[in-house]
Amino acid sequence: MDALILAQLVKITGKQGTLFTPEDLAVYGYDSTFEEHDPDVVVLPESTEQVSQVLQLASRERIPVVPRGMASGLAAASVPFSGGIALSLTRMNRLLEIDQTNAIAHVQAGIVTADLQAAVEQVGLFYPPDPSSIRHSTIGGNIACNAGGPRCLKYGVTGDYVLGLTVVLADGRVLKTGGKVIKDVVGYDLTALFTGSEGTLGVITEALLRLVAKPKAASTALVEFDSIQDASQTVNAILSAGIVPATLELMDSTAITCIEEAMQLGLPLDVEAILLVETDGMDAAVVTREIESVADICRSSGARSVRVAKDEAERSALWKARRSVAPALARKAPNKLGEDITVPRSAIPEAVRRLKEISSLHGLPVVVFGHAGDGNLHPNILFDKRDPAQWKKVEQIVADEFELALELGGTLSGEHGVGTLKRPYMEKALGPVSIELQKAIKHAFDPLNILNPGKVLPD
Amino acid sequence: MLDNPRLDIPDENQYLNCIRCGLCLAVCPTYREYNLETASPRGRLALARKGLEGDLALTPNLIEQMYACFDCMACNDICPVGLKPAELALDMRRFYETLQPKAWKQTLFGKFLPKPARLELATLPLRLYQITGLRKLVYALGLRKLLPAKLRDMEAMLPRLPQRPLRQALPLISQAIGEQRYRVGFFLGCAQSLLFSEESAATVRVLTRNGCTVVTPKETVCCGMPAAGYGRQDLALEQARFNIALYEKYDLDTIVTDCATCGSMLKDYGELLRDESEWSERAAAFSRRVKDISEFLLTIPLERPTGRIEARVTYHDPCHLRRAQSVWKQPRAILGMIDGLEFVELPEADWCCGSAGSQLITHYQTSLKVLDRKINNLQTTRAELIASGCPGCQMQLNVGIRRHRLDVKVVHPVQLLDQAYREEKEG
Repeated sequence: MDALILAQLVKITGKQGTLFTPEDLAVYGYDSTFEEHDPDVVVLPESTEQVSQVLQLASRERIPVVPRGMASGLAAASVPFSGGIALSLTRMNRLLEIDQTNAIAHVQAGIVTADLQAAVEQVGLFYPPDPSSIRHSTIGGNIACNAGGPRCLKYGVTGDYVLGLTVVLADGRVLKTGGKVIKDVVGYDLTALFTGSEGTLGVITEALLRLVAKPKAASTALVEFDSIQDASQTVNAILSAGIVPATLELMDSTAITCIEEAMQLGLPLDVEAILLVETDGMDAAVVTREIESVADICRSSGARSVRVAKDEAERSALWKARRSVAPALARKAPNKLGEDITVPRSAIPEAVRRLKEISSLHGLPVVVFGHAGDGNLHPNILFDKRDPAQWKKVEQIVADEFELALELGGTLSGEHGVGTLKRPYMEKALGPVSIELQKAIKHAFDPLNILNPGKVLPD
Repeated sequence: MLDNPRLDIPDENQYLNCIRCGLCLAVCPTYREYNLETASPRGRLALARKGLEGDLALTPNLIEQMYACFDCMACNDICPVGLKPAELALDMRRFYETLQPKAWKQTLFGKFLPKPARLELATLPLRLYQITGLRKLVYALGLRKLLPAKLRDMEAMLPRLPQRPLRQALPLISQAIGEQRYRVGFFLGCAQSLLFSEESAATVRVLTRNGCTVVTPKETVCCGMPAAGYGRQDLALEQARFNIALYEKYDLDTIVTDCATCGSMLKDYGELLRDESEWSERAAAFSRRVKDISEFLLTIPLERPTGRIEARVTYHDPCHLRRAQSVWKQPRAILGMIDGLEFVELPEADWCCGSAGSQLITHYQTSLKVLDRKINNLQTTRAELIASGCPGCQMQLNVGIRRHRLDVKVVHPVQLLDQAYREEKEG
């Protein structure tokens, strides 16, 4: 990168905030996929003002800017394929305010989601969205990808908690959307537009987040099934009974094996699937009654056994295991590709069955787990990218998975986002009218196409 | 270069399956201070891989990232894939050292550390500085303030040094009080002998009181951890072989150490020498017998002290004890045996204190940042005592306590047990 531009970046952010040794560039070129491309410079701003100045410079010099948090993304959305500036928000990690009266948190984008959760829980409040990466992802990244997680079944996704944003636009102007209000119908909902925009419309630097009262009780059950079909049908049986668990997670046998190897929790290795169900609420008696009803439904739907966690330690061990499932699969192969197709929940048994068929058809393992309660499944393909034959199969499997999701009335991605990995399938998923409109939106916000170019929308 | 079969090149299985999930970022003390990918286990692993696969040159800057790791092993523990980024960082140091050997390391780890007498002689000026009252004078006159901040912290790190290193003061055989039930080898580490001799003297008293005859071989050399940490595993292995042969001469049930770092290294001898036919079995037999003092005490019928210590106490887990040896319940159990002690758990008790052996010297700023987190947690406990069975951690905690002007005393858990025994005599 041009020395003069580097000098200007150093002037804006200080020496600590502008990095360009080969070693720095090499570790800011990846996320949690297998994709990788070095940026030309890494910039770590400390304030909205610095981000604004960086974008003014980038606009003037037509330099691509790719925002990133902790790079836990699963769609290559923060991989800087066009080089340019990798804009890391991790140093903007302050909790600015917890407004207890309004139950609102005001944070900088780089705060780690688990840190925010811990801080608000200390004052009896609760920030529900819980992507598996809560401890290694940032609020900014969660908003930019509209992250989900197990608890979304009952509580909704990240976007349901974003009341307002501070965003730096492509030309450096600073935009504030929303505010400390629950209802707001003045003008288009720009907050919602930036949520899930994957850094293509602006750089989110601050957020106002809605909080709720912290549930006082929770109970978790581990349910074992000899048949994965019985397990997926049980999901609907529970939900149709009028119970809304906080979470309703499914894991197949390979997922169970991997997590057992990693954590030795004593999970059963001879079952086809397990469901992990949690109920929560303000009244411990109600929570217990609900988990008992869930247990009854499971038993009458073919469950081999139902175990309710005895105490908080057992409960948190189960959830730690659940959060580690996806990475633990890498014990089986050097690479994995985890998708997050989502189908109407009535179609879950059908989706699970067909995913297993796709796996045997192409002869590569496809592990299935995920948030069965909201129809969001994570088929994970295990492979070795160094083998071209395997890579070809991976591409076919992905295409088949997306085909399946659309056929069943679902969508390509429930929570990971599009990035580059799902980009080739966008036209088919959304149709030409939607794509044309979305391109017009992108152009309105970023006419020079410097913000995360080549992501989300097709050329 | 990388085709050279004589080089000890880290194996691709140490990094190949990293899917860069990022779980390790959450638990890495250096990442959590700087929020920089280069300072994270995932980043270090990526750099090691690129360096080994030829995508990056093995520059001093790349190797520096390996030395910037505090080797607290939290990443090894959390990795769901079973990779060990901290171990890979150490292996990269070793690999680079074989490519670009540094003469000073040969001198320090090869000629100096393994020779207890030389080490003792070298620390004589420091001992004199304290013994003669010069240290008090320096403090009284405020001369200490004239030292640069870094030197001042180093000075604060030092406990009150013994007049004579414990190695010289302890007899080879300390007889069990009453009937001898165990014959125990005592691996007296360099730091314990030179800096924390009161603690190790307490260790021997506690052992003899509980029916152990304690054998302290005087020729014991450094456990090898410092050399291994600086990429000279060859020298560490020489020290290991020497120690193994030495302890074979005595008929011992167990080999006990009260230094977390020595313990973790000694327990590793078997693994480190597994490919040397002459040594593999002897090393394995040695390692099997090694126990941390707290670990050993809980395997024998330990006499419960009746003396009381009225104090609020907390406990810091040394990485070399909790992660390297899975010993964490035992020291707490020992504290729990003492009447009058009010135990309060330290938040993030197993988070690295920033010592990592010599990081305060080599990575001063980072070490202090990591230490500040520990001290902030310590303050929330309102403890008057903090126990920890590692000389490195103890020195580091002392620096933090002085910097924050706290009134907290750093002790070895066994010291408190010894004190409780002695209280009953007096009472």
